[in-house]
Amino acid sequence: MLYHLEGLRFAYGSTPVLKGISTEITAGEFIAFVGPNGAGKSTLLRILAGLLRGYEGSIDFSGRAIGAYTPRELAQRIAFVPQETHVVFPFSVGEIIMMGRLPHRHNSLFESPRDRERAHQAMQLTDTESLAGKAFNQLSGGERQRVVLASALAQDPDVLLLDEPTVYLDLKHQLQFYDIVERLNADRGMTIVSVTHDVNLAARYARRMIAIRDGQFVADGPPAEVLTPGNLYDIFEIHATVFQRPDGRGAYIVPLG
Amino acid sequence: MRPSSSVPTAGAPTSSLSDKGALSVSRFVTVVGLCVAIFVLVVLIAPWIGASGISMRGVIEGAYPDRDIFLITRMPRVLFGALVGGALAVSGVLFQAILRNSLATPFTLGISSGSSFGAVVAIWLGLDLVIFGVPVVSMAAFGGAFLTILFVFFVARSNTGLPTFTLLLAGVTLNLIFGALILFIHYAANFQQSYMMTRWMMGSLYDATDFRPVLQTAPFVLAAFVGMIWLSPQLNPLTAGEEWAASRGVNVERVKKLSYFAASILTGSVTAFSGPIGFVGLIVPHTLRLIAGPDHRLLIPGSFFLGGAFLVICDTLARTIIAPTEIPVGVVTALLGGPFFIFLLKRRPGDLW
Repeated sequence: MLYHLEGLRFAYGSTPVLKGISTEITAGEFIAFVGPNGAGKSTLLRILAGLLRGYEGSIDFSGRAIGAYTPRELAQRIAFVPQETHVVFPFSVGEIIMMGRLPHRHNSLFESPRDRERAHQAMQLTDTESLAGKAFNQLSGGERQRVVLASALAQDPDVLLLDEPTVYLDLKHQLQFYDIVERLNADRGMTIVSVTHDVNLAARYARRMIAIRDGQFVADGPPAEVLTPGNLYDIFEIHATVFQRPDGRGAYIVPLG
Repeated sequence: MRPSSSVPTAGAPTSSLSDKGALSVSRFVTVVGLCVAIFVLVVLIAPWIGASGISMRGVIEGAYPDRDIFLITRMPRVLFGALVGGALAVSGVLFQAILRNSLATPFTLGISSGSSFGAVVAIWLGLDLVIFGVPVVSMAAFGGAFLTILFVFFVARSNTGLPTFTLLLAGVTLNLIFGALILFIHYAANFQQSYMMTRWMMGSLYDATDFRPVLQTAPFVLAAFVGMIWLSPQLNPLTAGEEWAASRGVNVERVKKLSYFAASILTGSVTAFSGPIGFVGLIVPHTLRLIAGPDHRLLIPGSFFLGGAFLVICDTLARTIIAPTEIPVGVVTALLGGPFFIFLLKRRPGDLW
């Protein structure tokens, strides 16, 4: 059992965002949170990452309350990829990726050979080796997200949390990004939790889909079971037709309005 | 610290690709060593330059006035200038990192107006004394800076941490309030006091006529400097955002608080004696970033030595350009720094980080 959530509640000031969530996440799962804007998906993801505290209820990570870990301990096991990354100074791609090694460096000013090796592996997995010398700020959106993913992988994590990582990418780069993530899940057993608006993308890659609305789970299961016209109306308030993909990899939806 | 373990690999013919992004020991030594070399050279040469010529032979043999000019007039001032320049440059690096803005300076958050206010009040009250070897005006300036630091900190602090935007607004607002109070005291003061106040706020190293300012500020400056070298790896991810840094294991609030107080101590302690000297904290980090890149492990030590050299050069110019009259060094830093800054911006269009 990787995560155990029990009666999780969270509010921004007096506005409740998560209204009692209980679930379990097992190592090696590929989960997608789907749901409308403001449903609480990103908030939940940040709590899973240990970035957001001040919740009610309990959340255990590897059998221990997540709040009992130091930021460094969590960063050694959990990596987080945001929608977008802006770096104010002209760091190179290599430097950005190497920052992922920080949780593994204990008060050392310099990177160890192991740090270099891990960063190099992360570059290979994400096909970013050729970018290493470039300035991060001069990359295209698709390249940037691959580099941020590489930086997350350099952390050598068990869990990869993705917050709408492909929302600003074109179709090709969306698929390219998730192909890498899928390989990490399949080949290395890395646990993936992704937040997305894109139901079809989620259905294509995730093996468990959790629909969130108004801070509560409204459906939880394999994408094919979650994506029914009735559920889609409950989640998004849209009428949609659900089709089977021609390649046999689950379902896709066409909103009707 | 275990830097020694990576020494053999730094020069070894390992895959060059895996070196990308890592800071090798040899690169660190090259960049920081170069800055130290410039610093040492400037500090060794500057005391020999001045309005009245002195000979090396005269100084060594103890001839009057050569030795007195060297030891009493020039050396303390050069060393103090080096300390002030180094402190302001490192302070600039730190504020730029925690505010995520390359245009932040040591004075952005109101420290200069706070210390000026302290100094102006002391001058107005006629506290032109020295207690335990420390001028009361300097004590008041340090006190003013310290209260400002705390005030801005507690205004900006919220239960979610230390929000950058609130920090900036609190600092800028306090700048305005102190500005008004300083104007009022100016108005109420007599001519002589008013002159002293203006003179103090121009920023100069004129008052460093013995080694006491150096000895009294060096412990603060060196402690903050060394502490921040130790913290420097954690400042790098902060420039990609606080959440980004936090997800890489950085205790963001702790790093921000430590950096804020270190930067404040660096600026507050030297400004208490020199008055506010602008542009050092902007121009030095910027230049080093262009040359050596944005890694704070290089920027913090490098800026200290480069900043010290820069201010000593400026002060040497201030002492000699229209000798025997002196120009406040703050005027020189602005006149040199401003155009240089514009030159840098024009040379690298679109890179206004």
